[in-house]
Amino acid sequence: MIPALANPDRFMAFSRWAAPLLGALAALLLAAGLVLDFTAPPDARQGYAVHIMFIHVPAAWMSLFVYACLGGASFFSLVFRHALARAAARAAAPLGAGVTAAALITGSLWGKPTWGAWWVWGDPRLTSVLVLFLLYTAYMALDAAIEDEARAAPATAILALVGLINLPIVHYSVVWWRSLHQGPSVLRAGGPSLPPVYLTPLLIMGLAYLTGFGALWLVRIRGEVWRRRAAVMAMRAAA
Amino acid sequence: MSFDFDAGKYAPYVWGAYAVSALILGGLVADTLARARRWRRAARPDASTETAP
Repeated sequence: MIPALANPDRFMAFSRWAAPLLGALAALLLAAGLVLDFTAPPDARQGYAVHIMFIHVPAAWMSLFVYACLGGASFFSLVFRHALARAAARAAAPLGAGVTAAALITGSLWGKPTWGAWWVWGDPRLTSVLVLFLLYTAYMALDAAIEDEARAAPATAILALVGLINLPIVHYSVVWWRSLHQGPSVLRAGGPSLPPVYLTPLLIMGLAYLTGFGALWLVRIRGEVWRRRAAVMAMRAAA
Repeated sequence: MSFDFDAGKYAPYVWGAYAVSALILGGLVADTLARARRWRRAARPDASTETAP
């Protein structure tokens, strides 16, 4: 499927119906997730603050997933010099920065009532997610700073690929080091430890975030394709 | 099935988190649609006669 979509015309035809479909699916999943979220009982230990989990955890999952997409697209852009892969990487970065910012802020708002602190400097999970946010912003800053597309594409791709090393660090930070942050409760060996009343809305919200990202990513890549076409038209008009 | 919106002492944290998420996600949706619309207009064959974006 991916080689077929590498053709910009085929991608535009595919994304024309896939993006609104994914967007509609995301809206439905979000509505279902929120209904189950606000009908779930308060947690015995965390009380009502447990509801922050349903928006914090999907944002944290997506912060890693979007970076993996950015890294994958950057690899294809660097190795095969594929324009659509470069467009996919550029399109993913602001979305990743957004969900990572959401994960950091909602995590801080969850940390205060449960840990008694907004932020703990030196905590491996918190610090590695902050590094992830800085990687997204560094990618966008570098991309904006280099005007020549032929130089910007490999430079940003190399930065994105180097940053991939941070993904396992974020995921395993709570296993490898002592952290205030709780360990994995869904993506862990032995299966999820959450009761179904929390696990079901959490997974539905996770799917809502995933499909929502899919829709926005496709629309942003379409925008990138149009931006390149506009640039080519402008060059031809100037010649 | 009944809704429970009584956050009690956790209200500032819970509703703050939901408000921030809504702002960020809503902002991403708005920015994505605005950019796509802008570049689609710019890439139209007759766009060379219009103001550049």
